Amino acid sequence: MEFFERFMIPHPSFLIYVSMVLIVLVSVALVAVITYFKLWGYLWREWITTVDHKKIGIMYLLMALLMLFRGGVDAIMLRYQLSMPENTFLDAQHYNEVFTTHGVVMILFMAMPFITFFFNYLVPLQIGARDVAFPRLNNLSFWLFFMGAMLFNLSFVVGGSPDAGWTSYFPLADNEFSTSVGTNYYMIAIQIAGIGTLMTGINFITTIMKMRAPGMTLFKMPMFTWSALIANLIIVFAFPVLTVALAMGTMDRLFDTKFFAIGNGGMDMLWANLFWVWGHPEVYILILPAFGIFSEVISTFARRNLYGYKSMVWSMIVISVFAFTVWTHHFFTMGQGAFTNSIFSITTMAIAVPTGVKIFNWLFTLYKGKIEFTTPMLYAVHFIPLFTLGGVTGVMLAMSAADYQYHNTMFLVAHFHNVIIPGVVYAMLAGFTFYWPKMFGFMLNEKIGKATVWVMSTGFLLAFMPMYITGLDGQARRMYTYSESTGFSTLNMVSFVGAGIMAVSFIMLVWNIWYSFKNSPRNIGSDPWDARGLEWATHTPIPAYNFAITPDVTDSTSEAFWDMKKKGTQIFKGEIKKIHMPNYSGVPFIMSCGFFLLGFSLIFSMWIPAIVGLIVILAGMAHRSFEKDHGYYIPEEDVKATEKQYEKRGAK
Amino acid sequence: MAKYFPLGQVMGFVFSLILTGLALLVHFTDMSMKTGMIVLLVTAFLQAGLQFAIFMHAGETKDKWSIYSNIVYGFAMVIITILGTLLILLWDM
Ligand SMILES: [Cu+2]
Repeated sequence: MEFFERFMIPHPSFLIYVSMVLIVLVSVALVAVITYFKLWGYLWREWITTVDHKKIGIMYLLMALLMLFRGGVDAIMLRYQLSMPENTFLDAQHYNEVFTTHGVVMILFMAMPFITFFFNYLVPLQIGARDVAFPRLNNLSFWLFFMGAMLFNLSFVVGGSPDAGWTSYFPLADNEFSTSVGTNYYMIAIQIAGIGTLMTGINFITTIMKMRAPGMTLFKMPMFTWSALIANLIIVFAFPVLTVALAMGTMDRLFDTKFFAIGNGGMDMLWANLFWVWGHPEVYILILPAFGIFSEVISTFARRNLYGYKSMVWSMIVISVFAFTVWTHHFFTMGQGAFTNSIFSITTMAIAVPTGVKIFNWLFTLYKGKIEFTTPMLYAVHFIPLFTLGGVTGVMLAMSAADYQYHNTMFLVAHFHNVIIPGVVYAMLAGFTFYWPKMFGFMLNEKIGKATVWVMSTGFLLAFMPMYITGLDGQARRMYTYSESTGFSTLNMVSFVGAGIMAVSFIMLVWNIWYSFKNSPRNIGSDPWDARGLEWATHTPIPAYNFAITPDVTDSTSEAFWDMKKKGTQIFKGEIKKIHMPNYSGVPFIMSCGFFLLGFSLIFSMWIPAIVGLIVILAGMAHRSFEKDHGYYIPEEDVKATEKQYEKRGAK
Repeated sequence: MAKYFPLGQVMGFVFSLILTGLALLVHFTDMSMKTGMIVLLVTAFLQAGLQFAIFMHAGETKDKWSIYSNIVYGFAMVIITILGTLLILLWDM
């Protein structure tokens, strides 16, 4: 019995018990359904072992939507708790656990897989490649991310959730003050997912540098691919800092080292420093691909090419350097001198300039464009003013002297939701709607889609504008309740209503998928939006090999498909030949199970299963280095037969 | 035969031995902390550059532009991070 006691929840509640029962029931039901329909083999062969960038992308998408739901439920709970003074729905400990989980899930397990979905799905298509540079590494990246996410989500039913905030500052995060295994979960689950992200970064830089179609110079790449290149470059340079910081934090918690702990020369502020050395570039890792998606959407529906392509690219390159020079603005009040704060104030304001350049480029693209208000475009049009508002409050926060007033209040919370929701989430949903027909062969309903955007923006404004006001009035962030006399209650109730409306918009999104699945016509061809980029030049659904003939864009611009449609530029030159493709493999999945076992065992300081997990990982690596895997060829006849079928169906 | 002789590599090897020897001097002679650190830092970075260019073949392919710019970028980011951290936590605390 003693062995099992460590898995108990230190601070249980009725809701957690309900979740436990639900998790068990859903898992049993899932296993039953899969077994009943005999889907295990299909799942293993077609999805778990896949190296196809499109399928891996769709798995990322699924995870992102699931985690959006999880993080969203947390958000509603937080807002409900604060909607009334002296509310007892959550106690202080549970409130801490919920906001910690909400932050980690939304940033690392929702936004990150959402952008990785777009990297995976779009980059090879936009550069005319058949897959990524390291297809099997890509599979491993996904499963590491998946295991990290599952491990983190397990925390609230086994052993207890992390409760030190998504920033997990020391000394609070150390054993002395965080006694449950919750923060171990934080350190190790994020570590595993982060290693996956780092691999994604290396993979996509190589893919973009090495596998572009003939004739595609760097300055002919579609804008989303550019944003992916810069974002992955930032990943490769920022994530190692997180990896090291998490490893040091893990050692502090498991082996009593004193990197960040108090005493024996430990330096708690070093954690905050390292966390934000990663944390600020992370913001750009999320927002640059979002900008890339908006660029694709805006130029498609303004029916003209993107204004200022070169300045767009250069502003991103400048951002990739500046992103690493501003991190101190997250802790202006930590005690460093005015000199340091002034330097970082200035760099922070300077980084608003390249971002502003991009906003103006979109406005100039819209100006004189023939704007067509589709759902993706509506997201983009709502994004511009809402995001600008978030940017302006960001510049307010960047003034270090004034920051002493704003910091750690709801003003800050309002600000970063104000950039992340219209910036990242709107972009993801715009891209999701825009590329849906390319993925699944039918359109999402436009009426429901547009209504969703309006409902979402209404909910957003109601939820977050009041926070600016209560924040300036002194409502502290992460405070689990307040008294009637503070006068915060009305605005917090408005906020809760807004959060509820945003939840409605999420339900509308899910309903739209179901409704369109039932009702949308399937004969939409391969170019339903009259789009411009190379990714639309292939069939729908996309064949495994993407393009039967490798496109040659020597004579085209960055909008190769548009040139082909409007100017008749040839991009598919030459004959159909046999196509070389990578083999599927189950080893990465087994390795990531080893990572899960290793991680879970470390969290509970169980050394023997941890060693077993480590051996599985090392065995997987050894297997890979001795394995001869040259992929396989799809014979010429098969490619031709597939292409004929598409012609028969009238696609293209 | 002469054109098959890897002159660059041999010179590189000799030069890297010299750099190692110079760095060792810090241990065996009685330098001040400051001079010692300067010698170590300078020889270390020269050594790293040498290894990149000669033994890791950084400059031998068509994509040397992207390899070098990547190294310079990484180097700049590391310097910024280290100096910034020292500034925040030591020099201006
Ligand atoms: Cu920042």
